[in-house]
Amino acid sequence: MKVSERPFQALAREALADSQLRRNLGHATATIRKKRAAAVSELPDWEELREAGAAIKERTLRHLDEYLVRLEESVTKAGGEVHWARDAREANRIVAGIAKGHGAREVVKVKSIATDEIRLNDHLEKEGIEAVETDLAELIIQLAGEESSHILVPAIHKNRAEIRELFREKLGAKDLSDDPRDLTETARRYLRERFLAAKVGISGANFAVAETGTICVVESEGNGRMCTTLPEVLVTVMGIEKVVPTWRDLEVFMQLLPRSSTAERMNPYTSFWSGTSSGEGPREFHLVLLDNGRTQALSDPKGRQALRCIRCSACLNVCPVYERVGGHSYGSVYPGPIGAILTPQLTGLGRKGPDSLPYASSLCGACYEVCPVKINIPEVLIHLRGRVVRNRQDSGSPAAKLDPEGAAMRTLARTFADRRLYEAAQKLARAGQWPLARGGRIRRLPGPLSGWTAVRDLEAVPRKTFREWWRRERG
Amino acid sequence: MSQAREEILRRIRLATRDVPQEESPEDVSVERSYRVESVSPHEEVVGRFVENVSEYRASVRRVGEEELPEAIREALARRGARRLVVAPGVPDGWIPEGVEALRDGEGGRPLTSEELDASDGVLSGCALGIAQSGTVVLDGGRMQGRRALTLLPDYHLCVIYEDQIVELVPEAVRRLEGGVREGRSIVFVSGPSATSDIELDRVEGVHGPRTLEVLVCRR
Ligand code: SF4
Repeated sequence: MKVSERPFQALAREALADSQLRRNLGHATATIRKKRAAAVSELPDWEELREAGAAIKERTLRHLDEYLVRLEESVTKAGGEVHWARDAREANRIVAGIAKGHGAREVVKVKSIATDEIRLNDHLEKEGIEAVETDLAELIIQLAGEESSHILVPAIHKNRAEIRELFREKLGAKDLSDDPRDLTETARRYLRERFLAAKVGISGANFAVAETGTICVVESEGNGRMCTTLPEVLVTVMGIEKVVPTWRDLEVFMQLLPRSSTAERMNPYTSFWSGTSSGEGPREFHLVLLDNGRTQALSDPKGRQALRCIRCSACLNVCPVYERVGGHSYGSVYPGPIGAILTPQLTGLGRKGPDSLPYASSLCGACYEVCPVKINIPEVLIHLRGRVVRNRQDSGSPAAKLDPEGAAMRTLARTFADRRLYEAAQKLARAGQWPLARGGRIRRLPGPLSGWTAVRDLEAVPRKTFREWWRRERG
Repeated sequence: MSQAREEILRRIRLATRDVPQEESPEDVSVERSYRVESVSPHEEVVGRFVENVSEYRASVRRVGEEELPEAIREALARRGARRLVVAPGVPDGWIPEGVEALRDGEGGRPLTSEELDASDGVLSGCALGIAQSGTVVLDGGRMQGRRALTLLPDYHLCVIYEDQIVELVPEAVRRLEGGVREGRSIVFVSGPSATSDIELDRVEGVHGPRTLEVLVCRR
């Protein structure tokens, strides 16, 4: 998986200089945050649903081999073909092979983080196949030659005037206002032509049911329905962690995901299909099961919970760090709090980029509180910080061990590894923060953390930590 | 067996060494203490369905069975729809005079995507409705046809009977289970196609039908 070699702090510094980005992001996250809270409060059994969602995912992850084999069986029985891919290269080769086998020069795609992760479009291009992104935001990003900055609203850093220019230039749409309605209409006409011509469609998957072989794609625009219905051949690429045991399990996620994600009671469209057995839609179906670092993440019993993620992006929208620095700063297709724990586990530690990510947080705990599958992101962050530090010590030269940063890191490692020590340190920071805090903000932090506060104001350590609050309220 | 398959399964087994050998998936308990069955009176459930569907900027109207053909006629006239895709199984009596009905598979020939695209709209029934979320569910069953029929036309007029409406997602999932096991494809439709990609302004219809109209019918 491609990940930036530059540390988060360096990328964040650049992002902070972009005021348009900060404005757009602030507006977006605040809007979604409010809406989400309202959507969630409608369900009296929200906590029970979260509990069940977390448990179903935990059950699946602990017995992943069994469920994948079962999924393979049921998809095959339904007339589909299952492929296994150890890494991005293998997955790309499989998909390109299928497209070429059908003589396709162009494929239509529905936005999927898994295919972004493996950089499928780049690979297809090298093979002479154009991958047309059909989600409006993805189309915008693709036309601009950029990368997505938010799981949910990838083009959030672009304003309407920029989009109009892009469409004028790339789609030859001459008389075009910057009204989102006009812009959308232009995209609709352009993409409809592509859909009707395409022989091969490519999608990701939100869920796959082991028991019945049913694949599920959740979306808003209808391009998911188009890609999974119209072309003769459909290829779905999904991470191996997306499997759920039974059809019934979807009753939980179909409630958790839309409300957490777009803050809607239900997203406009959700498609479910099993192989080719319905006798309509694509005549050929391929499912590519992707590892690409997931088994590595699975091997850390504490970090494993990151694989429960259903990519709702709720944690991004509540994160004070993300709100200011945006998605690109995380240097990977997985931004925000979930990216900070998922990316380093998928790529492995030991490089500047991934190693910096567990530090891209103020540990305020808001992400844990909103996560529909109860991933304890702060806990994993702290755990990974410990791993980063231990890792450095193990590989460090004697000089590295002696330098002051090394010494500080050793203390940090012990602190991060031990929850009680960590909480004590946090209390200490709270008591001792007054010389640093001005008006509720900390302008500078001492020692190894100074690089972080040098580029932004850190929220002062809250009076009560999330953990303290949690223990009192729920413990 | 592919090498990749064996390798990935081996990696998973290695990665989950901490899981006791004797543990079976069912040993990881899943509490289903969330609501699975409605306790509300059905009239209230229907009311909530109507309310929630209309919040998506879809139009909803409640009608008695005998008023249905007239309601359909009015809706189509308002829309100016003349060439109408009609899902298989929709009674002829529902199609107003002067409207050309395009039937899928008539004369053994399915409608092409271009024909669907060029039509003025589609008239269908549905499998069920979910009040809690304002969702119409299509499963390719009676009066629905294949997925493309309700996807390509720009206007979707959908008839749902009151007794097809459930309150909760789990109730819907249970009712759909039989069809899923037969391999049916299912689509949840909640309002018209929408995007908020440009400065978070919600705009209807990048791809799917831009207008969804639902007639809720008493039997
Ligand atoms: S970690 Fe939780 S809150 Fe964040 S995207 Fe994943 S499921 Fe959503």
